[in-house]
Amino acid sequence: MTLAKKKVVWAYIFLAIPIVFFAYIRVYPALFAFQMSLHDYNPLAAEQPFVGLENYEKVLEELGKRKSTTKAAFQNTINYVLLGVPIQLCLALAIALMLNEIRFMSTLYRIMFFLPFVTSTIAIAWVFRMLYQPRFGLFNVVLQLVSLPQQPFLRSPQQALPSVLALVIWQGMGFAIIIFLAGLKQIPRTYYEAAEVDGASRWHTFRYITFPLLNPSIVYLLVLQTISFLRMFAPVVAMTEQGRGGPLDATTTVVLRVYREAFQSFNMGYASSLTVMLFALILGVTIIQLSVTSRRIN
Amino acid sequence: MAESIAPSNLFKDQGPVSSVGKAGDDWKYKFFSYLLLTMIAFTMIVPFMWMLSTSLKPEKEILRRNIFPVEPTLDNYNDVINKTDLPLWYKNSFIVAVMSTVSVAFFDSLAGFVFAKYDFPGKRPIFIIFLTSLMVPTEMLLIPWFIMSSNPPIGPTWVDTYWGIAFPGVITASGIFLMRQFMQGVPDELLDAGRIDGVSEFGLYWRVAVPLSLPAIGALCIFNFLGNWNAFIWPLIATTRSEMFTLPVGIQQFSSEADTPWNLIMTGASLSVVPLLIVVIIFQRYIIEGIALTGLKG
Repeated sequence: MTLAKKKVVWAYIFLAIPIVFFAYIRVYPALFAFQMSLHDYNPLAAEQPFVGLENYEKVLEELGKRKSTTKAAFQNTINYVLLGVPIQLCLALAIALMLNEIRFMSTLYRIMFFLPFVTSTIAIAWVFRMLYQPRFGLFNVVLQLVSLPQQPFLRSPQQALPSVLALVIWQGMGFAIIIFLAGLKQIPRTYYEAAEVDGASRWHTFRYITFPLLNPSIVYLLVLQTISFLRMFAPVVAMTEQGRGGPLDATTTVVLRVYREAFQSFNMGYASSLTVMLFALILGVTIIQLSVTSRRIN
Repeated sequence: MAESIAPSNLFKDQGPVSSVGKAGDDWKYKFFSYLLLTMIAFTMIVPFMWMLSTSLKPEKEILRRNIFPVEPTLDNYNDVINKTDLPLWYKNSFIVAVMSTVSVAFFDSLAGFVFAKYDFPGKRPIFIIFLTSLMVPTEMLLIPWFIMSSNPPIGPTWVDTYWGIAFPGVITASGIFLMRQFMQGVPDELLDAGRIDGVSEFGLYWRVAVPLSLPAIGALCIFNFLGNWNAFIWPLIATTRSEMFTLPVGIQQFSSEADTPWNLIMTGASLSVVPLLIVVIIFQRYIIEGIALTGLKG
């Protein structure tokens, strides 16, 4: 056997298990999910009848209603994305810009900003849930100290979503800071020296050098964080009564809806159609953001 | 703007960009940076302090408004370790995380090695299929995985087994991609010299490529361990018996009854978070560089 042939054989031997794994654990289940979404799939029932697009029609019907849990799930998820991504990225960028200019203690700060990111979401969401409690929660204790009125936070339909969002922004910020710092490091120093010679103000330097050159990092984070907010699940489960996404569906998300429909009501066909729609949403966001930004870079 | 996508690694080792602007307002800027950073860092640490402080409070102090325990006690730790399944959850989380990390380290680096260093028919399509699996959110696969776990092709159910919790993550596309990038740097001459000396193809991987890629494999292992340790949604679905819960699932189930045992939850959270934080602080340089390099999480 020639060396080239031998290498081909070995390549396939080495890849055999990964190929089987991806086919069986990734590709096949994805196709299976599409197929399930076309059936009235209940694992407890004797039959799983084919229903065509009925599950999707049901989702659209729910979305058309004035009030439904599915509609709340989609609305909240979009609110999490539209509020969470810009706030998180702006804060992270501001912190990264400040961190980039200091040397003394910068490693210590970096570790502190980074710790929440490596912490178990469930554990730290429970900590926040306690911080938000009426009477003995830290936030209300502080409010009382400064003589401000007590707030219901997670118990109020109006305040619950921002309260959950605050935890998610707080937890994920460290990741964005690190990506921004890496991006800032790659901006050639000569640009800044030139700006200094020209007497450019700090704002102009940021507006015309840092911000445009940071574009790749911003795009990367926009896509990644949008997807992660679209997939929100654990914080809502940990921070709401019985993990139901309340009060009054105020915090529920698409993934929580999928979980409750599939694994508590066993409407797996309907839940699958929701996951397919989530997949389409994620794919759409990625494609839009990538095409918009690649145009801007060129 | 062609510059915005200039080859970034040319400027990699220049350190933080020096401060810009007139020397006069420079110290002011630095002063406010330190002030703001310190305040933000404080908000990063407070929840952890609260968690630890509550875990040391006797039960009667939980609903009082004192921030630090008046009579600190280890009773909560004693209760959590002796009266709940937490030690088992600890063991389960550890076994699952180690199992999948060892598997990921081996299979991802082997597949990365093949994609980096071998030419064979079908290489591109296989690689693309592996990568596109990254586009499919795991939420879409949960329901099919659950059906597959309940009725596996061979043997008894995977539900409530370590394999059942770990199988979705024993090989990862992002890890294969990372290892391929890294192993492209392994010199072909070294591999060919090895072949002339009669080293087997597996020997080339094991004794040449792996030792040269240890930093990347190390980063991959750390992220993978963190990701599995903190994973929530799949372990929640894949386990039904308390003895098989992982830590996040167990902590979530603490409160299933009407009243919330805050002291026990904070103790469980501390036990799940603190050892990991210590590891992260020790390896922080490695982890932060790894994230900046790859933007990869678990």
